[in-house]
Amino acid sequence: MALAKRIIPCLDVDKGRVVKGVNFVGIRDAGDPVEIAKRYNDQGADEITFLDITASHEGRDTTVHMVEAIAEQVFIPLTVGGGIREIADIRNMLNAGADKVSINSAAVYNPDFVRAAADKFGSQCIVVAIDAKQVDDHWEIFTHGGRKPTGINAVEWAAKMADFGAGEILLTSMDRDGVKTGFDLGVTKAISDAVNIPVIASGGVGNLDHLVDGVKLGGADAVLAASIFHFGEYTVQQAKEHMAAAGIEMRI
Amino acid sequence: MASKLCAVIDYGMGNLHSAHGALQNASPDTQVLVTGDPEVILKADHVVLPGVGAIRDCMAEIHAQGIDAVVREVAATKPLLGICVGLQAMMERSQENGGVDGLGLFRGEVQYFGDDLQEQGERLKVPHMGWNQVSQIAHPLWTGIEDQTRFYFVHSYRVQATNDEQVKGRCHYGVDFAAAMGQDNVFAVQFHPEKSHNAGLALLKNFLNWDGQA
Repeated sequence: MALAKRIIPCLDVDKGRVVKGVNFVGIRDAGDPVEIAKRYNDQGADEITFLDITASHEGRDTTVHMVEAIAEQVFIPLTVGGGIREIADIRNMLNAGADKVSINSAAVYNPDFVRAAADKFGSQCIVVAIDAKQVDDHWEIFTHGGRKPTGINAVEWAAKMADFGAGEILLTSMDRDGVKTGFDLGVTKAISDAVNIPVIASGGVGNLDHLVDGVKLGGADAVLAASIFHFGEYTVQQAKEHMAAAGIEMRI
Repeated sequence: MASKLCAVIDYGMGNLHSAHGALQNASPDTQVLVTGDPEVILKADHVVLPGVGAIRDCMAEIHAQGIDAVVREVAATKPLLGICVGLQAMMERSQENGGVDGLGLFRGEVQYFGDDLQEQGERLKVPHMGWNQVSQIAHPLWTGIEDQTRFYFVHSYRVQATNDEQVKGRCHYGVDFAAAMGQDNVFAVQFHPEKSHNAGLALLKNFLNWDGQA
């Protein structure tokens, strides 16, 4: 008997539609978020994550309605990230039916926001998202979709966020995002070893062996992927069976 | 026949949207209300005590709003389901926040998993987050759910029961702990049935069909 590793399909959402870019450019439309979330739920997804890439304020209301519609029909944990900057943003998403929010840039600009959020809502619903890129022999945090360097060491940052009350780390390798060559296992392992909270590996999944590597070599507690599921290359069920066959504890 | 009423107790601790939605989905004919009104709670056929976050804050709100007396009365009279910190609040005491007294509906204490939790040499992270198997002990609320089915957990503190007869489900994460407790018409779970897909919905449906006889 053991805790299962998790598979988390990720839906990038823009004004209520699911999209997925390659290296954050060249966006393709992939469909209706409620339908896609239901499909993943039926396929046995362990959780679902939405990253809201909507720029405008009006568009964000659309996201709130989308979360409400999904939460009425999908009974697995839902995480919403993207544009979470204030306590009010967290409250809006939790009230809409999200179980967790993922905080990214706002944590970099104001680390105390993570502490305040964890105090207010509990660590269990605060995910800190880290976008990391390799720079020489280490990894650094980047913001603005990977364009803006911060000079912050990603491994040290993860440990600090755990101390500040984060309940989970969502680690995305910006070098790998959308390029389908597998997770950056170096940074995944380094961060997983450095913190005592679960780490979700993200960025770079192109085939099912990459998911296995994320857990076995990267030490990840959960693996997140988008395009391999959106365009029907693999179902979530196939991915889980593949991981289970590789000896990983899964919920089948 | 008037539809049955299920009250989800709202005492200001977190989002009850998913508990409400899952109960409603599990039993469309039941009227599910999220409420802090003692009159409505005492009138309901079934009552759910949820809870998230720190136990100190939960117990403080339970006391401040007089919910403790309401829960005790419900516990003596009708089917009551505790979820997550709702279960922990039903224990005698929790170690969290320097020690907090619970409602004492079940015997035992709530303890921290620990910072050096291990399983066969492998370090285990805390919180215990994700889908884990539950070994069931015969109870009407498990009807139709296969033994060892996985449910979704998120918690850093665990129930250490001192009366084995009240344990209705066990889980293991570095240590054994009680995942479900039951006594007469009261049942409580550490996991989140409202987030546990079909198995969770089945358990909620069983609860709403339960007459409180163990």
